[in-house]
Formats: sequence, C-alpha cells, structure tokens
Amino acid sequence: MTLAAFSLRDPNFIDAVYIAAAILFILGIKRLSHPATARQGNTLASIGMLIAIVATLLDREIVDYWQIAVGIAVGTVVGVVSARAVKMTAMPQMVALFNGVGGGAVALVSTAEYHRLAPLAGDMSVKTAVTILLSTVIGAVSFSGSLIAFGKLQEVITGRPIVFPGQKAVNMTLLGGILFLVVYLLAGPESETLFVVMLAAALLLGFMLIIPVGGADMPVVISMLNAFTGLSAAGSGFALDNNLLIIAGSLVGSSGTLLTVLMGRAMNRSLANVLFGAFGAAVAGPAGDAAALDGRVVREATVTDVATMLAYADRVIVVPGYGLAVAQAQHTVRELADLLEQRGVEVSYAIHPVAGRMPGHMNVLLAEADVPYPQLKEMDEINPEFPQTDVALVIGANDVTNPAARSQQDSPIYGMPILDVDKAMNVVVLKRSMNPGFAGIENELYYDPKTVMLFGDAKDSVSKLVTEVKNA
Amino acid sequence: MSSLLLTELLIFVLAVFVGFEVISKVPTMLHTPLMSGTNAIHGIILLGAMLVVGAETTDSLGQVLATIGVAFGTINVVGGFLVTDRMLEMFKGRRKPGEQKGSKDDSKAAKTEEKQARS
Repeated sequence: MTLAAFSLRDPNFIDAVYIAAAILFILGIKRLSHPATARQGNTLASIGMLIAIVATLLDREIVDYWQIAVGIAVGTVVGVVSARAVKMTAMPQMVALFNGVGGGAVALVSTAEYHRLAPLAGDMSVKTAVTILLSTVIGAVSFSGSLIAFGKLQEVITGRPIVFPGQKAVNMTLLGGILFLVVYLLAGPESETLFVVMLAAALLLGFMLIIPVGGADMPVVISMLNAFTGLSAAGSGFALDNNLLIIAGSLVGSSGTLLTVLMGRAMNRSLANVLFGAFGAAVAGPAGDAAALDGRVVREATVTDVATMLAYADRVIVVPGYGLAVAQAQHTVRELADLLEQRGVEVSYAIHPVAGRMPGHMNVLLAEADVPYPQLKEMDEINPEFPQTDVALVIGANDVTNPAARSQQDSPIYGMPILDVDKAMNVVVLKRSMNPGFAGIENELYYDPKTVMLFGDAKDSVSKLVTEVKNA
Repeated sequence: MSSLLLTELLIFVLAVFVGFEVISKVPTMLHTPLMSGTNAIHGIILLGAMLVVGAETTDSLGQVLATIGVAFGTINVVGGFLVTDRMLEMFKGRRKPGEQKGSKDDSKAAKTEEKQARS
C-alpha cells in the first residue's frame, strides 16, 4: 500500500481500528471488575464502541446512510432520555430492557440478512445459514425473556413464579420444534415462511422460560440473558464476517456466563435451580407454609414504642431492603442514624449481597445518602454481631431475613445465605403490609415473639421515628 | 472448511477464553455494574445492523427491519453505558473498608489504587 493509495475506507484500516476497539473492550471489562477502576473501565469500553461505530461507517459495503442516521438518532434520544430519567430503584429493570433491545437488534439483523440472502439462490453458505438461524433464535429468546424480566421487576406482571401443569413438556416441545425447523431450513430450501414460524416459536420460548422464575431470582436471569445476547451477537459476526462482532459478542457471552455463576453462588442458587426450581417446589410450598403459620400472631408496635427502643439501645443494626429503595427512604434513614449516633448509639448497616433487586443495590442507594462507607457491613462480617445487638431495624427487607432459608428444607429459598436478624435481642420490622416478599413466601421472622411490626411506607415510618427520637 | 471460517472460529475461541479470564473475583457490589457494562458492549450488534441497512442488495423490507435494528442497537449502547456510569458515579471517592490506606484524602487514595491496579 503506497501512501497515495491509502484510503480511510480501506478494509485494513477498518480492521486496525477494530483491533483497538477490541483491546478497549477487554481492558474495559477488566477494569469494571475492580472498585477503584470500574468507572474508568466503563469509559474505556464506551470509547471502544464509539471508534468501532465510526470505523464501520467507512465500510465500502455501506452505500446508503440516511436510514442509519435515522436509526442512530432515534436510538440515541431514547437511550439518553431513559438512562437519565430512570430512578436508581428502577435500574435493574432498565438493564433488563436494554438487554432486551440488544437481543431484539440481533434478531432483526439476522432476519433482515436472511431476507436479503434467501432470494439470491446459492448465495447462502452453510456457515452463514447456521449462524443466521442460531443468532435469530438466541436473540429472540433473549428479547422476549428480557421483556418478561422487565415486567416482573416493574411488577407489571406478578413477581411470583407462574406455573401450570405440563409446562416442562410444552417447553421441551417448543425447543424441539425450533431445533427441527433450524435443521429443516438448513437441509431444505430457504423458506421465509418457516423462518418466521421459527422466529415466533423462539419468542414464545423466551417468554415460557422466564415466567416460572420467581422475582427474587431475576438478577441471575438477566445476567444469563445478557450472556445469551452476547453469544447471539457473536453468531451474527460469523454470518456477516465481522471480526469485532465475534470478539465483543463472545467476550460478553463468556464473561456474562461466569458472572451468572458468580451471582448464583452469592445467592447459593444454581442456574438449574433458578430456571426450574419453581416446578414442583413452589406449587406445594406456599399452601403448606400458610397452614403451618395459622393461629400465630404478629405483634404490632406504635412509633413511640419503637423510637424509645432505638433511642435507649447501645447497638442498632439497620437491615435495608427493597422497601427502602421503593420508598426512597435512604436520606431519612441516614437522618435517623445520625440522630441515634448523637445519642451514643452504635449504628451499622447490614448489606445482604442480593438485598433489593440486584447485587449492590443497597450500597448504591446508601452511598447516594452519603452514609459513611465503614458503616456498611457485608453479610459475613455482620452476622456474628447480631446476638450482641439490641435492635435489628429491618426496613423493607424480607426474604433475605427469612430464617426458613436455614431450617425449612422444603422452602424455595432453603440454603440461601441470610442475615441472622432473628438472633438480635429485638427485631423491628418496617413493612407496608403483611404481604409476602418477592419470592412469594411467608417470613417466620414476623411471628417470632421478639419481633414487632411497624406498618406503613418506609419513608413515612422512618420520618415519624426521627421526630419521636428527638423527643425521647 | 474455508480458511475464513477457521480464522473466525479461532477468534471466537480466543475471545471466549479472554472473557472467562478477564473477570475473576468480582466483589458483589460490582456485579450489577459489570453486568450492565457488558450489556452495553453487546450493543456491538449495531455494527451489524449498519452493515445490513447500508448494503446494496437489501430491499425495503430488509431496510425497515435493519433500521429498527440500528435504533435498538443504539439504545442498547447509549443507554447501557450511561446507566452503568450513573451506577458507578455513586461509588466515586469511596473505598472498600479493607483497602484503606494511610492517606485521608479519598481522591489521592483512589489514584494510588488505580496505579497499583495498573501495575
């Protein structure tokens, strides 16, 4: 290549930029996994993406730009507005939604590519056909599955597992049907009608796979679907002969798979347990639990009772959960904690790895309220401290405090590590109502004789407590 | 098997291994931001969508589909990176209790840590 012949549209130039982008992605993911460098990692990855997009625009195969401009403009506006407008509490469902559109994009690209190549007889190699079909299926599963995950987290649909008899058989039939269509489309002539049938079946499969999953397991599921989308993007890379798509897609596919395993481990749940745990267990579970708890009573306390208990305690552990996030009570809780500390009470926060709807959810919320970092204690660190604690103040946390996880083998959450709140001398639970938590199971803690309940919106209750503690 | 396919398979296999190796021992606190960040990276499908839209042989139906694909991919990329940044902004200037250094200055300590992480 002489200098005069050098062109920005040279495929070699584009590939060189792709190498730089791939390096930035790898460094980005690496840095994202360490607290001190995480934000920088995200920035590096986004720079990688930007240069990759610009380089691709130079590709010789692109002859028409206006649709690209329209698509990017619309996508940017929607992306920026939704990312900025979303509340910290709704972050998990936002991630699910972004993952969903990613999967949707893969399915759309593959469908458009199939539609483009199908009429051109003999133009579709086996490799292209295989990868187009597989990335369509995986992308579509990820798309519809993510939408269900979003619906469950947003509580548009119930967070409880939805199960019906023969569900497993239906799913297996769907999966079998899809695989049959893939093989048939590979071996037989190209057929856009059958392709659409396969696409529809894949969308249905994504829906069916996620509805039986309980809301509390959603983070693990979103992480799994994230890995799926990555893998399907890599598949598109093979179909379009684009190396960067292969690299970025498979990076996300494998790191996402590992992250899913890590998340499951933090909750002591295997992936199989998350996906298929609802079958059998949850059907029998709730009915039995309710009967066992019949006849037991819950003690309700007044604000003044609780305020006195807190004000004269030596040591208080705050156990925040999703209720705190929904009520946006983090600032008020901080105010209460400051007030107690002024009175000489030792206050710390017990952070369960999956409290809220996502790992790290509580850290983010409390950090927003400027809670001093050393006061946030992780589960293993704080659990031995509960027996020496006067009051455990549970604010909108439920399943992560349920002693059934330790004792009841038939409970759907059996084996999940929990905060040993029941070992504290007194337990105060701030809760909206007696409704069961996200996992849809009763919490024995509420029936414990040393537990008192304070019903109402978390922020409202805490601000009343602030007033009362001032008077105490 | 064509040599192109072999090259692509090689790239795929290597990238899969890098993906597994690059994240190890992630603190729970970072699980969500990491998921969200990698989520943004698979928005790379945007490149594929652009290539299909722009191709000469794509007819109008294909262009409509792929244009929606471009929009979806862009939402994935832009939204994904921004939302991750918002999450990580919350950790700004904070340290893990175990990583405390002598210095009281948070930003200084963060920089030292960064340097250590790099080396």
